[in-house]
Amino acid sequence: MITLDRRPETSHIWLYATPLLAVFLTVLCGAILFAFLGFDPADALHAYFILPLADQYGLGELTVKATPLAMIAVGLALGFRANVWNIGAEGQLTLGAIFGGGLALAFYGQEGPLLLPAMLIGGMVGGALWAAIPAFLRTRFNANEILVSLMLTYVAGLLLSYLVTGPWKDPMGFGFPQTRLFGEGAILPILLDGTRMHIGFPLALVAVAAAWFIVSRSLFGFQIKVVGLTPPAAGYAGFSGRRIIWATLMIGGALAGLAGAIEVSGPIGQLTPSISPGYGFTAIIVAFLGRLHPVGILLAALLMALSYIGGETAQIELGLPVAVTGVFQGMLLFFLLASDVLVHFRVRFRLRGAGRAA
Amino acid sequence: MIKLTRRSFSAMTLAAGAAAALPARAADPFKVGFVYVGPIGDHGWSYQHDQGRLAIEAEFGDKVETSYVESVPEGADAERVITQLARSGHKLIFTTSFGYMNPTAKVAKNFPDVMFEHATGFTRASNLATYAARFYEGRYVAGILAGHVSKTNKVGYIASIPIPEVIRGINAFTLSARKINPAIEVTPIWVNSWYDPGKEADSAKALIDQGADIILQHTDSPAPVQTAEERGVWSVGQASDMAKFGPKSHMTAIIDDWAPYYVERTRQAMAGSWTSGDIWGGFDTGMVKMGDYNSALPEAAVAEAKAAHDAISAGTLHPFTGPIKNQAGETVVADGATLDDGELLGMNWYVEGVNGKVPS
Repeated sequence: MITLDRRPETSHIWLYATPLLAVFLTVLCGAILFAFLGFDPADALHAYFILPLADQYGLGELTVKATPLAMIAVGLALGFRANVWNIGAEGQLTLGAIFGGGLALAFYGQEGPLLLPAMLIGGMVGGALWAAIPAFLRTRFNANEILVSLMLTYVAGLLLSYLVTGPWKDPMGFGFPQTRLFGEGAILPILLDGTRMHIGFPLALVAVAAAWFIVSRSLFGFQIKVVGLTPPAAGYAGFSGRRIIWATLMIGGALAGLAGAIEVSGPIGQLTPSISPGYGFTAIIVAFLGRLHPVGILLAALLMALSYIGGETAQIELGLPVAVTGVFQGMLLFFLLASDVLVHFRVRFRLRGAGRAA
Repeated sequence: MIKLTRRSFSAMTLAAGAAAALPARAADPFKVGFVYVGPIGDHGWSYQHDQGRLAIEAEFGDKVETSYVESVPEGADAERVITQLARSGHKLIFTTSFGYMNPTAKVAKNFPDVMFEHATGFTRASNLATYAARFYEGRYVAGILAGHVSKTNKVGYIASIPIPEVIRGINAFTLSARKINPAIEVTPIWVNSWYDPGKEADSAKALIDQGADIILQHTDSPAPVQTAEERGVWSVGQASDMAKFGPKSHMTAIIDDWAPYYVERTRQAMAGSWTSGDIWGGFDTGMVKMGDYNSALPEAAVAEAKAAHDAISAGTLHPFTGPIKNQAGETVVADGATLDDGELLGMNWYVEGVNGKVPS
């Protein structure tokens, strides 16, 4: 018989071991799944996890895909630690893309060295402004920030649609809903020739480092933690819950907006109706996969990026259906959440009634 | 030495003609790649492109190897997928959605010895061709049926993304429907997506609630046909024959048949005679076809629809022949005049009888 005993405090070993365990179990079950689908599991796992990383181009792609995920997730994680649930990073990303892209269009043909920095800052401002709406409504009217931020995502999408089908439409584009391609001076520099790795990746690393500093070394990080764990205690200590709500939403919004500006000035190079394949939502999964810890989030973002790229490679090389990617990501999350049991409980195996039988 | 690099291989094919390179090719299957915007299970747009891919396999057997990647988002991911196909030895790559245009053009620049085909775009290069089908011809035929059977004089039109192709379809449909029944009004709802069964079904419900007794769709899932079937109104299948999703409601379908084009272009690419260009095929090339007509439709309506199909196919009828009025009631195409392809390609205005404004 198996019993679960609650641990007096959470297990630090399991806290860090469970993500590895979850990855291992996912790979194991993935291999079984591949075998049932009629594919050689070794081939499939090779195509999934090894082939995409086999050369410099592949590594570059990994960073391109992981950059927005990591950047958004570290911002969201700050809020999640404080029980501030910003679900609308996708909308904040969109606003960042609009602000950054708008600057690129406004200065089309007269790009100077200051344009790119201005676009990135503009993106942060745009994302932060969009996140300020749920922050204001929450602190002023106690409106649920989950709903407000989520709903604003759709508003942001429609705003982008309006701009690219209307005032910002490419005049030479035969009426198609997209802006002109940005000028060379509004495109992020490539770091490695022959890849698409752009300067956004080091920026994401900076965001990770800054978030780590906030979480581990600053009073602000401590306040976030206290507000998240026991709001009354935070009140006694004189920490302002309202300030934490504002700060975490603004930081999360700014980072999502920065990610949006980076996407349009990096790999996309123009504004189109669909600039993100749901990075703002995937980042929520990434944040939890990374245990809300900045370094964990970076690793989780790379893993999540690999699961997408590996899925494409497996489709091309082996003809695996795209749904397998979704199943894979689902299993990963499932095992991670399921293995949380090990963090909070001790598992004991006992022979039931062994003494009496003897 | 047999081991040729991709670049020298294609240079040889071009320079020395196909004969010299044939032996090398027999050993190595010619790889053709496809990028789809939806799942191939959409039973619409992507499904039909995949039928074209299967036709290539059926035609050339083990001389070809085809791959596809489905549900590729239009954006930063598309460039990677197209690059991966080019890097993994695919010589001919079909990218089958408008949003892949700039990514395809970027990759084509990096892989001058790979041939690219982009559906529904306008950017071309020496190794990047474009192709599209004149779906509006099918819309015109569907409009004739609608003009005959609508009782409420209201048609709901589930539109995807406001590009000229979709607007052209709305206009072609409205023109022919109103020739039969001048009281008909067409109301589009824009769902801003090519494939979103939930939104498509919701839009169909909303339109039916507003009194529409015919639902047209320029989106890729069969959800609108299913909704129309449930609510007992007419529908028209999109991209593939969707009759099985609404046996009573499905009037006909506007079918895209990419197979002949894909087979032909693959044949040319293998023979080294592929050149870039632009194809806009309609009924005459078989790229657009009508599905079977529902047996519950009035005979006169079907006969008239078939006659229009034959006339368009023969070139004696053009859907955009004047007089055509815009929404303000002004004549924009004079009696007997016809819009040329350039005007059709950039169409961003509605004809009289369409409700609402072109999103802008």
